[in-house]
Amino acid sequence: MSSPANPDKPQSGRVLKYVDALREAVAQEMRLDPSVFVFGLDVDDHKGIQGSTKGLVDEFGPDRVFTTPLSEDAMTGVAIGAAVAGMRPIHVHIRMDFLMLSMNQLVNIAAKSHYMYGGQVTVPMVVRGIIGKSWGQGAQHSQGLYSFFMHVPGLKVVAPSNAFDAKGCMIQAIRDNNPVIFVEHRLLYNTDAYVPEEVYTVPFGKARVLTKGNDITVVGISNMVQEALRAADLAREVGIHAEVIDPISLSPLDIDTIADSVARTGRLLVIDNDWVMCGAGSEIAASIAERLSGTQKIQIQRMGFAPTSCPPTPELEAAFYPNPRTIGEMMHKMVRPTDARWSPDEARTKLAYQLQFRGPF
Amino acid sequence: MPANVRRNQRIATVQTIGRLWRENVTQGHQLDLTGLARVYRMLRLIRRAEERVADIYPSDKIKSPVHLSIGQESAAVGVCDALNPEDIVSGTYRGHATYIAKGGDLNAMFAELYGKVTGCAKGKGGSMHLIDMAHNVLGTSAVVGTTIPMGLGVALAAKRRNQKKVVAVFFGDGATEEGVFYESLNFAALHKLPVIFVLENNGYAIHEPQVKRWATDRMCERVETYGIPTTLVADGDVLAIRDASVKYADRARRGDGPGFIEARIYRWREHVGPGLDFDQGYRSEKEFEPWAARDDVERIGRMLPSDIRAKLDREVEADVEAAVDFAETSAFPQLEELYHNVLAR
Repeated sequence: MSSPANPDKPQSGRVLKYVDALREAVAQEMRLDPSVFVFGLDVDDHKGIQGSTKGLVDEFGPDRVFTTPLSEDAMTGVAIGAAVAGMRPIHVHIRMDFLMLSMNQLVNIAAKSHYMYGGQVTVPMVVRGIIGKSWGQGAQHSQGLYSFFMHVPGLKVVAPSNAFDAKGCMIQAIRDNNPVIFVEHRLLYNTDAYVPEEVYTVPFGKARVLTKGNDITVVGISNMVQEALRAADLAREVGIHAEVIDPISLSPLDIDTIADSVARTGRLLVIDNDWVMCGAGSEIAASIAERLSGTQKIQIQRMGFAPTSCPPTPELEAAFYPNPRTIGEMMHKMVRPTDARWSPDEARTKLAYQLQFRGPF
Repeated sequence: MPANVRRNQRIATVQTIGRLWRENVTQGHQLDLTGLARVYRMLRLIRRAEERVADIYPSDKIKSPVHLSIGQESAAVGVCDALNPEDIVSGTYRGHATYIAKGGDLNAMFAELYGKVTGCAKGKGGSMHLIDMAHNVLGTSAVVGTTIPMGLGVALAAKRRNQKKVVAVFFGDGATEEGVFYESLNFAALHKLPVIFVLENNGYAIHEPQVKRWATDRMCERVETYGIPTTLVADGDVLAIRDASVKYADRARRGDGPGFIEARIYRWREHVGPGLDFDQGYRSEKEFEPWAARDDVERIGRMLPSDIRAKLDREVEADVEAAVDFAETSAFPQLEELYHNVLAR
C-alpha cells in the first residue's frame, strides 16, 4: 500500500507505515530527551493504541509510559502541570471524540497559560487524537473536531496525511513549547511512505503542494488529502489539472501557499475531514475570499461530512463522506461548468488502503 | 474597613480573647514565639492587603473582579507556613491569600490588580490569575476546580525527578462538586503523589449555601475511601491547619502519598467585590458573628507581646503601602503587549 503523498525527500529512508513512523518519532525523542513521557488509557497494553505506542513501555519503563484512569479532564490537567514543571507529556486519546472530555483544561488552561500568566510559564505538551472511519465507527468514533481547537489562540493543530509528515510533525510537536493537538486518522495508519531513519522535523505553518496544476486548487485535510489526490489522478485523465495542497498544520495555517495557487487557478475546492459549518475548510475558504476576491474573480467550493451525525450502516456511511468520485465530480463542475456532467469510474475511486481495512478497529 | 466589621471585631476581641488564649495554650501547637510572630505577620499582611484593595476599589483604579479572602486567611497561612520555599501551591481565583502566604511578590500583585505592566502577569492576568513562579505559586484560575489536576502534574514531575517537593492544592467547597476533584483524588492516591489537598470550605458557592449543593457534609469520609488520610479543622484554626500540613507534608515527602485537609472557614465579604453583603438576604449577619468573634488574625495577635505585635503591624502597613505606591507609579502595558505571549517560542 503505497501512499501517493509526495514528501520533499521521497527517495530517502525506507518505506514505513504511518503508525510505525509515529512510534519511531516518539521513541527517538524519548531517547534524546528524558522529560518526554507518554500517557493515556491503553498506551502500555498489548495492542498499544493500534500499534502506535506498542513496545514503548518495554524500552522506557512504566514511569515514562503509563496508562491512566478514564479521567480525561484531570489527566489533561496533569499533563499541563507536568508541562509547566518542565516535562514534555504526550497525552494519547484513542479517538478524537474523547477530547471533548478534555476541552475545559485545553481551552481554559493549556491554551491560555502562557498568555494570561504573562509569559511566566510554557505548556509544551502533545495531545494525540485519532479520527475513526468505516467498520461502523458511528457518531462518536468518527468526528474531526479539530476546528474547535483552531478557534482558540494559544493552541497549535496539525493533521499530517502521510507517514513522512507523521514522523516529522510528531518530533516538531514534542519539541514545540506550546500545546499541540496532533490529529491522526485511523485509515492512514497502514499507508506508507519513504521515511528517513534519522530525526527530522516538519515545520508547522508551511503547506505542501503535492501535485502541480493550473485548472483548480484542491486543498485536502488529513485523510481527505489522499481522497483528493485520487480524484485529481482521475480528473487528469479528462484533461483537468488540479493543484493539490496539504496544509499539514491547521494552526498556524499557511494561507500564502494556498492563495498563491488560487491566484493562478482562479478556483478553490476545499475537502474537509469534518463538517463544513465553521470548519477548517470554511476558514481556508474565507481567508482566500478575503485575500483574493477584491482583485480577481474566483470560484470557491467547500466539501466535507454530510451535516448529520455519522451513521454506521455502510451505505449511509459511504454517503456521509466526500470521496474521490464526488470530489472529481465537483472539480469537473467547477472547471467545466457548461459541459455535461462527468463522473469518474466508480471502481477506480476506491482507495486501496480503504478496501484492505478490516475491523474491529 | 467598614464600620460594622470593625464593630464586630471589637466585640469579638472583648468577648472571646480569654477563651481563645486558653484553647491554644492547651492544644500544644509546636510553634515558638518566632513562629507565632511569623504566622501572625502573614495573617495580618493578607488581611491588610485585602482591606487596602477594598478601600481602593471604589476609586475604580482596580478594574479587576476581586474575590477577597478576608476572614478566611487561616487556611492559606496555616498550610504555607508548613511548606518549604521550594514547595509549590496551586490556588483559585480567590487566591490573594494563597499567593501572599506562599511568598508571592506583593508589589507585583497590586500592580497586577491595577493592570500595570509590572504586574505578576504583566496586567494580562488580573486578580483571578495571579502567579509567581519564582516563589512557586502556580497560576490561579477562574474556572472552579481546574487547578487541582495542574497541581498533580507538578507533583508528578517532582516525584519523577526525586525532588522531594510537596504541592499544596487549594480549592473551595464548590470545586469538590466537579468531577475533576474525584478524578484527581483517585490519581493522586493511585500514584502516591506528594500532594496536600486543601479544601477551603467557606460554605458558599457564590451565593448558594452548601446545604443546597451537598447531599451530606461528610467530605472527609468520602475522601478517605480513596486511601487518603484526612483532617477536619472545623473552626478554621490556623495552628491546627498548620499542624495537619506539617504532618501531611512529611508524609508526602516520605513517598507515602497525599493528605487531605478540610478547613472550615467563613467568607466575610461578598463573593466578588469589596463589600459586605449581609443585607442581600441569602445569609445572615448572625451566621457571621461567631466567625468574626474567632477571627484568627486577632486571636494570634493576642498571643504575642504587644510591642512585638505593634512592630509587626507597622511593618505590614509599610509593605502594603509600598505595594500600593508601586502599583500607582507603574506604567500600563504598551499596546504591542496585546500580541505578546500568545504562543511560546
